[in-house]
Amino acid sequence: MPQIQVTPLGAGQDVGRSCILVSIGGKNVMLDCGMHMGYNDDRRFPDFSYITQNSRLTEFLDCVIISHFHLDHCGALPYMSEMVGFDGPIYMTHPTKAICPILLEDYRKITVDKKGETNFFTSQMIKDCMKKVVAVNLLQTVQVDDELEIKAYYAGHVLGAAMFQIKVGLESVVYTGDYNMTPDRHLGAAWIDKCRPDILISESTYATTIRDSKRCRERDFLKKVHETVERGGKVLIPVFALGRAQELCILLETFWDRMNLKAPIYFSTGLTEKANHYYKLFITWTNQKIRKTFVQRNMFEFKHIKAFDRSYADNPGPMVVFATPGMLHAGQSLHIFKKWAGNEKNMVIMPGYCVQGTVGHKILSGQKKLEMEGRQTLEVKMQVEYMSFSAHADAKGIMQLIRMAEPRSVLLVHGEAKKMEFLKQKIEQEFNINCFMPANGETATTVTNPSVPVDIALSLLKREAALGPLPDPKKPRTMHGTLIMKDNQSLRLVAPEQALKELGLSEHQLRFTCRVQVQNPQSEQDTLNTIYSHLKSVLKEHSIQHLPDGTVMVESILIKVSAAAEEPSTKILLVSWSYQDEELGGYLCTLLRKGLPQSTG
Amino acid sequence: MAAHLKKRVYEEFTKVVQQQQHEEAPAKKLRLTKPSKSAALHIDLCKATTPTDALQYLLQFARKPVEPESVEGVVRILLEHYYKETDSSVRLKIASLLGLLSKTQGFLPDCIVDDAINTLNNEKSHQVIAQLLDTLLAIGTQLPENQTIRLRLVEVACRHLTDTSFGVRNKCLQLLGCLGSVDKPVSKELESMVLKDVQKIIGDYFNDQDPRVRTAAIKAMLQLHERGMKLQQTIYSQACKLLSDDYEQVRSAAVQMVWVLSQLYPESIVPIPSSNEEIRLVDDAFGKISHMVSDGSWVVRVQAAKLLGSMHQVSAHFLEQTLDKKLMSDLRRKRTAHERAKELYSSGEFSSGRKWADDAPKEKVDTYAVNLIDSGACGAFVHGLEDEMFEVRIAAVEALCTLAQSSSSFAEKCLDFLVDMFNDEIEEVRLQSIHVLRQISNNITLREDQLDTVLAVLEDSSRDIREALHELLCYTNVSTKECIQLALVELLKNLTKYPTDRNSVWKCLKFLGARHPTLVLPLVPELLSTHPYFDTPEPDMDDPAYIAVLVLVFNAAKSCPTMSALFSDHTFRHYAYLRDSLSHLVPPLRLPGRKLVSVSDSSGMASSEESSQQFLRQSLERVYTIQHLEAQGAQELLEFTIRDLQRLGELQPELAGAADFSATYLRCQLLLMKGLQEKLWNVAAPLYLKQNAMASAAARQILEETYKLEFLYSGLETRQVAIVHHVRLQAKALQLVLNARTSRGVEPLLSICEKFLQEVDAFQRCFVAELTHFQDSFVEKLLELMPRLLACKPLDLVKILQTTLRQSGFLHLRLPEQLHRATATIIEPTGESDNPLRFTSGLVVALDVDATLEHVQDPQNSVKVQVVYPDGQAHIIHPRPGDFRNPGPGRHRLITQVYLSHSAWTEPCQIEVRLLLAYSCSKSRTSILKPAWNESTDGLPTTENSIEGTIPFSKSVKVFIMPKPTRR
Repeated sequence: MPQIQVTPLGAGQDVGRSCILVSIGGKNVMLDCGMHMGYNDDRRFPDFSYITQNSRLTEFLDCVIISHFHLDHCGALPYMSEMVGFDGPIYMTHPTKAICPILLEDYRKITVDKKGETNFFTSQMIKDCMKKVVAVNLLQTVQVDDELEIKAYYAGHVLGAAMFQIKVGLESVVYTGDYNMTPDRHLGAAWIDKCRPDILISESTYATTIRDSKRCRERDFLKKVHETVERGGKVLIPVFALGRAQELCILLETFWDRMNLKAPIYFSTGLTEKANHYYKLFITWTNQKIRKTFVQRNMFEFKHIKAFDRSYADNPGPMVVFATPGMLHAGQSLHIFKKWAGNEKNMVIMPGYCVQGTVGHKILSGQKKLEMEGRQTLEVKMQVEYMSFSAHADAKGIMQLIRMAEPRSVLLVHGEAKKMEFLKQKIEQEFNINCFMPANGETATTVTNPSVPVDIALSLLKREAALGPLPDPKKPRTMHGTLIMKDNQSLRLVAPEQALKELGLSEHQLRFTCRVQVQNPQSEQDTLNTIYSHLKSVLKEHSIQHLPDGTVMVESILIKVSAAAEEPSTKILLVSWSYQDEELGGYLCTLLRKGLPQSTG
Repeated sequence: MAAHLKKRVYEEFTKVVQQQQHEEAPAKKLRLTKPSKSAALHIDLCKATTPTDALQYLLQFARKPVEPESVEGVVRILLEHYYKETDSSVRLKIASLLGLLSKTQGFLPDCIVDDAINTLNNEKSHQVIAQLLDTLLAIGTQLPENQTIRLRLVEVACRHLTDTSFGVRNKCLQLLGCLGSVDKPVSKELESMVLKDVQKIIGDYFNDQDPRVRTAAIKAMLQLHERGMKLQQTIYSQACKLLSDDYEQVRSAAVQMVWVLSQLYPESIVPIPSSNEEIRLVDDAFGKISHMVSDGSWVVRVQAAKLLGSMHQVSAHFLEQTLDKKLMSDLRRKRTAHERAKELYSSGEFSSGRKWADDAPKEKVDTYAVNLIDSGACGAFVHGLEDEMFEVRIAAVEALCTLAQSSSSFAEKCLDFLVDMFNDEIEEVRLQSIHVLRQISNNITLREDQLDTVLAVLEDSSRDIREALHELLCYTNVSTKECIQLALVELLKNLTKYPTDRNSVWKCLKFLGARHPTLVLPLVPELLSTHPYFDTPEPDMDDPAYIAVLVLVFNAAKSCPTMSALFSDHTFRHYAYLRDSLSHLVPPLRLPGRKLVSVSDSSGMASSEESSQQFLRQSLERVYTIQHLEAQGAQELLEFTIRDLQRLGELQPELAGAADFSATYLRCQLLLMKGLQEKLWNVAAPLYLKQNAMASAAARQILEETYKLEFLYSGLETRQVAIVHHVRLQAKALQLVLNARTSRGVEPLLSICEKFLQEVDAFQRCFVAELTHFQDSFVEKLLELMPRLLACKPLDLVKILQTTLRQSGFLHLRLPEQLHRATATIIEPTGESDNPLRFTSGLVVALDVDATLEHVQDPQNSVKVQVVYPDGQAHIIHPRPGDFRNPGPGRHRLITQVYLSHSAWTEPCQIEVRLLLAYSCSKSRTSILKPAWNESTDGLPTTENSIEGTIPFSKSVKVFIMPKPTRR
């Protein structure tokens, strides 16, 4: 039986290091190739030796697909392609292709230049790797080779994020990457058509959460910023350079516009400027509002948001500053935080989750005195706020996507095992389909039952269609024909005569003959009449003829009557039918065996 | 005919010949000879050698209209050609032409039914069959009474339902939907024919293999419903299955179907699958449609959201689920931000800073009880309101509105969500949600925290949003005095930020005060900053903020008599001032120790209105005695009455429309009377000129007034319009007579006379029904003499007119129930500014114009802005349709920018800006018969030459401008 195998090398019952191997219809595809943020040793990259024993990957993989530019989905790409060795095509969307190298370069700088690691990929490797990338458009079907094709769907989440359908013949798999079912200020919601894949591989970060309406959070955020600014306070928003930062920028920018506010908003420079440039370019990937209004004004051309300079932090008066990194553990955001923490008029808003041990986590848990390096203590008087802006689908969103795609089975990745368990149970219960959640290195196998397409000769089809009423598409229908399987050609269904002709064979007829003894005192002729009228009353749909040569024809079945030599009251019926009429012939025999009605006509 | 006959009298002989040829020919020959047009077609088609040529001829032919008489001939020719034609595209075009032709007004297509059905039977091409069925549909709809034909057509459709082409099946279903018999036939003979159960036949195609056919089947079923057939409940389950169809158009139609059924059988009981419970059908349908709000296609989502709004019978339990998403986090039940806010508020603590993990989940959720997707209506609106497409969001907001209007508990619940929508990224949605909140605000009282969020929007830079919000605050109920204070503070903030909102803010405070007198009372000392011991400085009377506070206080004081005790001296003085200057904002108050200026309580008001109505009636009746009076007396009477009516209009704003209308009408009569004065016409020839000038001035003025009468007032009935037209006709007659006396020669007179007769003719055509009321009038006499008029010479005609004018009586004017005069007030520019608007000559400067319009019909097309420069140059500017807003019934608001430009001036000068009401006679209320052939633009020439003009209907405002010469 044909089957599809899915093996996560990363992100199986885990978040980070997404890397999933799929073998479908004899093709092997790698979905995402990410790194793990939690490790600094070999474990940070997927274990590619699982695929090959320390040789190049090219001959084992048909293609690699990257869903979006987050490092936990593309961080190991240069390592895989250049250091392990892969020369096949790598597919990603245009924005991902544009932004991905910026992030990879940044990642490399931090690891190599700051932490001083060796044996890491180089800038040149990133460049070489990007040369192997083939960019795809949304809803474009790309033919990887003769049989394998992939198609990208919009996924929300971040700019350029996509879900991919991988299809070989009639078998298909959909990989969602990370997606978001609720639109935000700059991106739309994920969408997929009813493609009915065999397996839907879905992320499940928020498998056990149903989120509140986004508007509440937005309103709260804006109100807090507005109040602080009106009081003359300064607002610090520590963010990571890409993704949420742009959403918050748009949110504040439009709010400033609407409310006619004058306080300056700053964004720390660096990565973001480059990235913002791409946001301006890829307007078609954003949401309805931005797409529709960009002719008048590109929303990413900020009017109120300006580049930040270190010296601005000491300026008097209200201001809002977006600074990196997001968890206040180092860099500019921490620097500004130290300056502003002492004033109770100021405020810091944490828009995302903070890892334990960072300054961000400490202040969020309510610590008022922080120990800094050099035995200094920092008193935190400023207000600390937490706002969750996440771009993953919640449990309801995941279910909604499953309902949209109508898969035959679901496979969960990118989430915690315990939470997955709950969602798995829900999916099985509500959609009545299989759900898998393999751990890393574990293989999930699904048996598929693909329908086999057969070419039918037009003449045969027309002949069959003419026989009865219009074929009902919901019901199977039998037909006579010959299936020809020749070497390496697709299957063909042709009329028997044609098949004979093609194969150079002559036709043989197969007839069944059967004798039935019937007790009937009448003469042969009358018996025949009785049989004729009897059959006529029983088989109403068939044509029954009484031929002059003393036989009865039912369709093509011949019935003859002869009296037995020894006993005249015993009549022997000779029933003969061809192989094609086997069904009717058999039925007739049993019917006649039951005897004739005792009515004399 | 009359116009034609008259032409024969006046026109030159050569022209007449031409006319005869053209118009006489098709007169009464229907079947026997082919009319020229069809003959031409025939020749063309015979000439055509290739199908492309034939197609070209047919296309050309289709551009021109066909008269009803010649349709049949054309049809015959087309059919004849159809049989011969081998190319299917030409046959297709012919079939479509047949359909178009059978729609010609005045043509009964029953004679071509047989032919059409015949052709259908012999046709092989699916496309042509589909087109022929379309033609049959057109024929069937033209003959709604003919049952036999309908039955035949239905039978034909049933026969073709098994066709392999989807197009044919589509058309068959459409035909069945439009023509299938809705009820049992009445007559005996029809019963013999087999009546088909149309519903069952259509229902069978609900699971056709082609999605387009499925859609057509559902649409046909909906069509049956629209035509009044009661659909069977059995199709409900089928329709529900179609909700999960693969194709969006099927789903979209199915949603409608489910909705229709839920309205038909709201109370029937349906089982819930996979359990043995049962629920009402409307609840079940509501759940299913709610489900479609998270459909993959936004078209379906919009439709689902819209339909949810109209399901009023749904039970409250289900309704409230639409707003509940059942939050959870890590399998623990979580409260929504709304619930938390409410709790904070009720515990007495307001606006606390949120702590980390403040929204920490509470109790653990039972994993088996959580239903993630199949929970029916759960959270439908929550999803709809945060949808990606703003169309869906708007539909959801509107649906919330209608549902909330019928259920106050739901209104209470959806409040938080609507308030959240004030933050939407698209202005249209924000605006809509504010409007919706206003509409349901009778049902709700805002909590302080909610009011706070609402008020935050006051700082929005969009003027529309702010004004909508002011409108909302006018209707809002609040619960505490803190709310009032909060609202006042925010409104004052708004006022300082956007001074142009002055009027709107004041009006808002007026209503706020009048609604919550008891809440304002404890705030008064603080608001007026009075002190029990010390005198406080007198505030500045011109400060808009201070006026705003006073408006609030005075309006509250109206129903709270104890409040005035808290006022200080200067407050009373300010009251007197404001009562005079802003009387629409400050109500009359009963103040101690002051004599009441005008105490008119409600009963007094009512009686005064009644008495003035009576007065209006009486004075109009008095005028009718005029016939019996001497000329001198009649004129005086008219003058007095006009004066009275004008004054009445000023005193009683409710009757202003009626009074003004009758006064203007009477003025026309007065002018007419003056113009026809006996002695005027008997003077010697040398004095003609002077008298003539006077009379023609009168005639001109009457004409002007009649246009005002016709177009400036709304609520006129045909009767009044006819009277106005009658007056106009009289004025034109007068002009004609005057013309005849001054001009030399017959030539120019000829055309004027002809024009006049045409107008009489038009009058007769338009107001045939009204003619009975015109006894003894000018026009009646004129129509009696019509045959003579058509035959006689121009000079004779003038003489006849002169006497008829003189003898004709005075027409009674009956006023309609509601009569309103269109008015406009320019709010901005105010005309008070002494600072000229400076700009470089040759360039443009934009002037903001803000005006309110009342009782103007179709302002988008009729209202124009006129700018008159000191040198007499006048420009008319057409505002864009988007510049008009509609804040209430009968009211419009024009906010637009007018671009000014001029060459350089040496010093600033004033320009005048005013609003004009444009009218054109041709599209006045008299409806003109439109040619049936829809493409024809070169049909019959309109007999009335359209007269276009404008009426100024606002006071003009003067604006200083100063174009400076360009610096080089």
